Amino acid sequence: MSVAAIADQAPPHISRSDRPLVALLLLPGLAAIAVTFLLPLLWLVRISFSDAAPGIVTGGSGTLVNYVKIVTDPFYWRIAWNTILLAAVVCVLATTISYPVALFLARTNSRWRGVLAALAIAPLLTSTVVRTYGWMVILSDQGVINGSLLWLGIIDAPFRLANNFTAAVIALTEILMPYAILAMLSGLGRLNSELEGAAALLGANRWKIFSRIILPLSLPGIATGALLVFVLCISSFVTPRLMGGGRVFVFGTEIYSDATATLDWTRAAALSILLLVLFSCVIFIYQRIMKSIEL
Amino acid sequence: MHSHFLTRASWGFLIFLIYLFLLAPIIVVVIISFDTRPYLAFPPEHLSLRSYALVLQNATFVHSFGVSLAVGMVVAALALIAGTLASLALVRHQFRLRNAAAFTFITPLLVPHIVLAVGVLLALATLDLIDTYTGIIVAHVGITIPYVIRTVSMSLEAVDIRVEEAARVHGATSLTTFRRITLPLILPGVISGAVVAFLISFDEAVISLFIVNTHVRTLPVAIFNYLEFKTDPQVAALSVILILISLILVVVIERAIGLRRVLR
Repeated sequence: MSVAAIADQAPPHISRSDRPLVALLLLPGLAAIAVTFLLPLLWLVRISFSDAAPGIVTGGSGTLVNYVKIVTDPFYWRIAWNTILLAAVVCVLATTISYPVALFLARTNSRWRGVLAALAIAPLLTSTVVRTYGWMVILSDQGVINGSLLWLGIIDAPFRLANNFTAAVIALTEILMPYAILAMLSGLGRLNSELEGAAALLGANRWKIFSRIILPLSLPGIATGALLVFVLCISSFVTPRLMGGGRVFVFGTEIYSDATATLDWTRAAALSILLLVLFSCVIFIYQRIMKSIEL
Repeated sequence: MHSHFLTRASWGFLIFLIYLFLLAPIIVVVIISFDTRPYLAFPPEHLSLRSYALVLQNATFVHSFGVSLAVGMVVAALALIAGTLASLALVRHQFRLRNAAAFTFITPLLVPHIVLAVGVLLALATLDLIDTYTGIIVAHVGITIPYVIRTVSMSLEAVDIRVEEAARVHGATSLTTFRRITLPLILPGVISGAVVAFLISFDEAVISLFIVNTHVRTLPVAIFNYLEFKTDPQVAALSVILILISLILVVVIERAIGLRRVLR
């Protein structure tokens, strides 16, 4: 048997006839996913088509009334617009600002690379609530920016930096950047210095090397990073709620107040399903983009 | 040559600025946590540990910390067992629905947490499990399993299969092979998986906010509720404590599996 033929075969360690063992190994995980994920989602769909009274999950009959109410209410169209606008702005900002860092981490030979990479993604492992608080401290009337400017005597009255759309944009951009950096870094794994060296040897200048080699090779990573940020942003609510000071209305904040304050669970369920539809559209567009990049 | 140096310097400065932006909230929280005044203000006038003392006396925060710790550890243990077993099936065995199974395990990552939160709220409400330990643990296990499978599978794929085969050829049962050969080799991945699962559960705010109330109020929920009304330095002190815990756990991951490897 030739070496190539051996390589073509499935690796020898993989056994074929131990179905009971495989089933046993998969069982706990699949059961957990079923209980914590599939069941809730099915329930969500069911309730979204029900006309049960507030705070109740049983009874009620199948109806489209929740969806009709939402779709015919201009308020929810404004919320959909706000949500998409917030996600689009944050997506562009976070992707743009993250790219230099990802590029730097992918190319540097510094012995601090590990530490710097850890620093860039470590914020991911601290609570969103904590980091949002950090931005409240920075942007509030007595906060870091206003406090410093007042203290230096540059301004007499604080700027309105907190409790608005811009505040939510700034905080979300920073909070979601580590995701973008991570996604881009794994995409940039394909970059190698030999390729750049070869291009330089053939007389390409720095700009040409960037635009012809580095950028095209980073595109899939950029697309994945952008998708992650967009998708996490349309479903965010902790940051818009705290940074918006009750003045920023997006899908997330609406679903939260329906689910926990007004207890309008049928509407919360219908809104969630609509968010999921929006989500799927974004993923669909992403896959089309990825296809065109890969070609 | 001169312009080359300039480009390099400005490039370095740009990276520095981005890092500053990325770490700004954490830096600021650390500074504010040492302020003496009971309200949010900047710059700090005098430095003290007053806020830290207040946090430790705050019954709500202390209770919530205990809840988060307990929930996180149980979730990590459950996700670790289920995730490691599933990884063994996915990486070491060939079966017909393998891709379908692998996909099923990542589905919780494909749905926004807020959507899942509403679903979990409705499902738990039916079962009368709102604001219970069972409820929140069930909710967190699903979203942490994918991460455990990721880290453990990564380690499994890196193990040279010939080592396992050698053990089998020399008469070891598959259980012994796993216990004596495979497990020690994938231990870094297993530890990282457990730590990541703990951290995700410990920091999780979205789903928790929908399904807990006063009884099993986790720490992120307690902080969120507090921040809706107040932003005093007490939260900063608490945040610093949480950041330190994250930092320690990040170092554990770094030593166990190497963040470089996780990054790649």
